[in-house]
Amino acid sequence: MTSALLYVLAGALLCGGGLAGCLLVRHLLRRLLAFNLLGSGVFLLLVGLPAHRHGSDPVTHALVLTGIVVAVAATALALVLIRRYFHLTGRVSLPTGRQEDR
Amino acid sequence: MSSLLMAGLLFTPLAWAVLCLLLAFRAARLASVIGMLLQMALSLALWAWVAEQGGFFYHLGGWAPPLGIGLRVDGLAVTFVLLTALVGAACGLHAGLYLDPSRPWQRYFWPLFWMLWAGLNAVWLAGDLFNLYVGLELITLAAVGLVVLGGAAPALEAALRYLFAALIGSLAYLLGVALLYAEFGSLSLVGVGEGAGSASPAASFALLIMLFGLAVKAALFPGHTWLPPAHGIARAPVSALLSGLVVKAAFYVAARVWLELGPALEAAVVGVLLGVAGSAAVCWGSWQALRQPQLKLVVAWSSVAQIGYLFLLFPLSHGVPEAVSLQAQQGVTLQVISHALAKSAMFLAAGNLILSVRSKRVEALAGVSRYLPLSLFSFGLAGVSLMGMPPSGGFAAKWLLLQASLASGQWWWAAVLLVGGLLAAAYVFRIYRASFQEVEESDPFYHPPRSLEIIPLVLALLALGLGLVAEPVLSVLGLPFGGEVLSP
Repeated sequence: MTSALLYVLAGALLCGGGLAGCLLVRHLLRRLLAFNLLGSGVFLLLVGLPAHRHGSDPVTHALVLTGIVVAVAATALALVLIRRYFHLTGRVSLPTGRQEDR
Repeated sequence: MSSLLMAGLLFTPLAWAVLCLLLAFRAARLASVIGMLLQMALSLALWAWVAEQGGFFYHLGGWAPPLGIGLRVDGLAVTFVLLTALVGAACGLHAGLYLDPSRPWQRYFWPLFWMLWAGLNAVWLAGDLFNLYVGLELITLAAVGLVVLGGAAPALEAALRYLFAALIGSLAYLLGVALLYAEFGSLSLVGVGEGAGSASPAASFALLIMLFGLAVKAALFPGHTWLPPAHGIARAPVSALLSGLVVKAAFYVAARVWLELGPALEAAVVGVLLGVAGSAAVCWGSWQALRQPQLKLVVAWSSVAQIGYLFLLFPLSHGVPEAVSLQAQQGVTLQVISHALAKSAMFLAAGNLILSVRSKRVEALAGVSRYLPLSLFSFGLAGVSLMGMPPSGGFAAKWLLLQASLASGQWWWAAVLLVGGLLAAAYVFRIYRASFQEVEESDPFYHPPRSLEIIPLVLALLALGLGLVAEPVLSVLGLPFGGEVLSP
């Protein structure tokens, strides 16, 4: 069991948990956290899996750095939207089942 | 020469995004008009260059991949760059007149608009999987910002739905990229395609999960539920950009990945599944468009349907003779171009109509045919292309797809094309029926400035005329691609 394999397993676990959270959790902030978990899981896999297969690789590190920047930007945007939505409506989750008639 | 063009093409949108952030609405509008002209000239010059000299690879800043960014400039990419310049400039000009400068938040339209443009160019030209991801994310963040412009609660709700759907899509795609990189040790589309000589379970799973993510981002049925609220509630020029260009970016990535990996991995089932989902999108989207009480939702649901046609590429390009696959690719490319032109025209015209009748509802259009014929005319011309009647680009696209589906023996896709065309006719004529209702004698409508009405008309005429020039447009797609590297 190499450390890379450990990262892969942890990444897979985070991905699974994050995905379940994205689909099941209705509270907007928690859903955003679940997205971040999923993102972190993907980043771990992105570094760990190639390292496990072919040894350490600087390219994946560069990719994950870029990925983190993108994830931070997306999180910031989502936070602003959620905060504004809460101020305007007082709701912390999106209403269900009425998408069709809007 | 070509490296100057490339630098200009990529640098202008980013520079203008920063510049416009610092300026007030009117100053930013002036700057943007200059930027749009520049971008248009650069795109045309690059298109002419590629048409003459053939495609090339371009290493940004002279840094070679994998750590540098390698761009692939081929016939398809420059065609879409030019399409983006055309539709983007039209929507930008329309927005400059349509948005109300007295609202303080409207000035954020311009930086977001240029960010979107930068992302679109990045996606069309990207030569590797990771830069496609970055480009897609840039597009998503800018597009969500544009939807929420104005900041009322329903817009926020639509934007949040859009953002969450898009984020799931991007992360699924990135997971696929991670698996592919672990499998083949390469990120470039060409390298991955070469590596995938034989079917491997990891690569097949990667392909599946990438296509899933991209299908959600492209609003393929049943992952389409975020699209109608977001495109329906955004301001008209924004909806035009989103429906015309943004959803196409995700589809473009899916198609590029599929054409590299699909045949090698023997993923016929995935192709058929995507085709079935596309067919369901055509039927369900058109049916919903027929039932919507609001004008812009009719147009938004029509986008769901029209995107469905694009996904017929997947079954029609797998396990068929080379010539049939090429026909399907050409048909889908034409569908992308004609839908981009026609749908942006339709959204801009719908925006003008809503401005005139001061209501979003379809019934409110009664009497429009008498007092505002021009906007209604543009709407109808765009509708002709969506229905797929000759000589429009939509007709040429469907004709090629029809031929491909018959030649490959998969005649059932042809039935989808037929049903979709009939339903499209039904929802366009529904708008016409409402607008030909007679009202009292006096003219109750606001008349938008003529320039607002001309822009959708030009786009609709381009969509209509595309069928006549389909041959030269498609010939650029098949240009030789030498694979030589040009760097500054």
